Amino acid sequence: MQLNKKHKQVQSVRSKLALATCSLLQVTSQSAQAGEDQWKIDADLLIYSESDSRVSLVEPVVNMEKGIGEDDSINIRIITDSITGSTPNGALPTNTGVQTFTNPSGKSIYTTAAGKNPLNSTFRDQRTAISVDYTQALSRLSRITWGLNANKEYDYSAFGGSATYQQEFNNRNSTLTVGVGTSSDTWFPVGDKNTEFAPMIDGSQTTTAQPKGGEDTKTTTDFMVGWTQIINRSTLMQFNLGMSNSSGYLTDPYKIISVVDINGNPDNTGLGANSFPYLYEKRPDSRSRKTFFWKGVHHLTEDVINLSYRYFTDDWGIKSHTLDFHYRYELNGGSYLQPHLRYYSQTAADFYQHSVLNPTSTGTALPEFASNDYRLGEFVTTTMGLKYAMPVGKDSEFSMRLELMNQTYNTVGTLYGQQNTLELTPDLNATIIQFGYSLYW
Amino acid sequence: MKFVIFLSLIAALLSSCTTVQPWEKDLLAKPSMALTPSEIDSFLDEHIYFSKEGSTGGQGVGGGGCGCN
Repeated sequence: MQLNKKHKQVQSVRSKLALATCSLLQVTSQSAQAGEDQWKIDADLLIYSESDSRVSLVEPVVNMEKGIGEDDSINIRIITDSITGSTPNGALPTNTGVQTFTNPSGKSIYTTAAGKNPLNSTFRDQRTAISVDYTQALSRLSRITWGLNANKEYDYSAFGGSATYQQEFNNRNSTLTVGVGTSSDTWFPVGDKNTEFAPMIDGSQTTTAQPKGGEDTKTTTDFMVGWTQIINRSTLMQFNLGMSNSSGYLTDPYKIISVVDINGNPDNTGLGANSFPYLYEKRPDSRSRKTFFWKGVHHLTEDVINLSYRYFTDDWGIKSHTLDFHYRYELNGGSYLQPHLRYYSQTAADFYQHSVLNPTSTGTALPEFASNDYRLGEFVTTTMGLKYAMPVGKDSEFSMRLELMNQTYNTVGTLYGQQNTLELTPDLNATIIQFGYSLYW
Repeated sequence: MKFVIFLSLIAALLSSCTTVQPWEKDLLAKPSMALTPSEIDSFLDEHIYFSKEGSTGGQGVGGGGCGCN
């Protein structure tokens, strides 16, 4: 009896030690901190705001985590967000006069002044998303995390699942991670999906109808393999290779592209009755992405450096480099300041172009695909931020961070006439503010 | 070929690592030394950049898309 009790005690200490060591290399590193009897709750509020009355977003997030039994854990995340503001509709600015566009509903119009970047100001959305991750210990050195997520927006829904297996080696100095995931997404565009490369029909009249196509779907599968290695007593590194394939409807149902003549003037010749000089954009129906990701975490005397690099490439022709740097500067009493720098640069997709030439008036055939979505263009994003966190009481922490983001775009491909004198894609500046509170409950 | 050279370089780097014993993991065990010290910060950042850039992924799998504008 005594022996059994002692044996149990030894086992319990061993499993606790194992769990503590486990946490060093776990993807969800906080798992070991949330005990069996307590929930670790993080409640955050993100306020994202773009300059020039573009997109504003308010997003509360709650993350709840709890240990289950000796080695398992569950993580639940709930997000709601509310988006308002204006977003580029894909058309180019022009100096030839006011431009008129049809709203996504197809039943009304809006205008953009000469020389101004065309923005759709009716952009609104509400999103609710929930994800549940369950981490199950398979043995002393291996575990698997099962993930489920659902995302519902006004015009979009996504359901996904994932499984991530982790195996430790070398006296727990190395961890192999293998993950697979899938997501099934559906677009329910406002006013139904616009047929790709169909001209935008004047929404203020009722004689000609916009070609429409209801809703549409896409499927994404992800695969990754990663290696995490303890380099020495104060340095940890991670290497990941990832692959992702999407197929289905990958076009943005609201984005258009300007149709111009050889001088860059809007030109609706031959597009049909009541047509504006814009076509709804068209993208390929499959996309294959590859990533290489490296991260290093290094402990200095007190402070911690967290540096990562990602190389991304896809079969749309986009290549990107991302550098991300955090420096955690320890203050007294458990508080810290954390400056953040991020640099991102990407090349444009092969089918990215600012406009298409009018097929009728210029005798030029339409390309197979075309989009002027700035996110598929050539640009650089720089972000600078600062986070401050302080303990509140024994088990709680309050944090806030401020980040400033800038995107600067380059022109790509052939420009026609007046396009050479206009700012085709103005810089984007955004402010990110986040407040966070974490506690054990 | 590039991939093989790349993996060889990583293998060479990793083979130079010293094995850190459990009792030497005091610094590595600190929450600030986690690969992702704040899951929420990372999640929110990924969501923002997913909506504003043409690249995604690198750190995990799944998560679902969004109809971001």
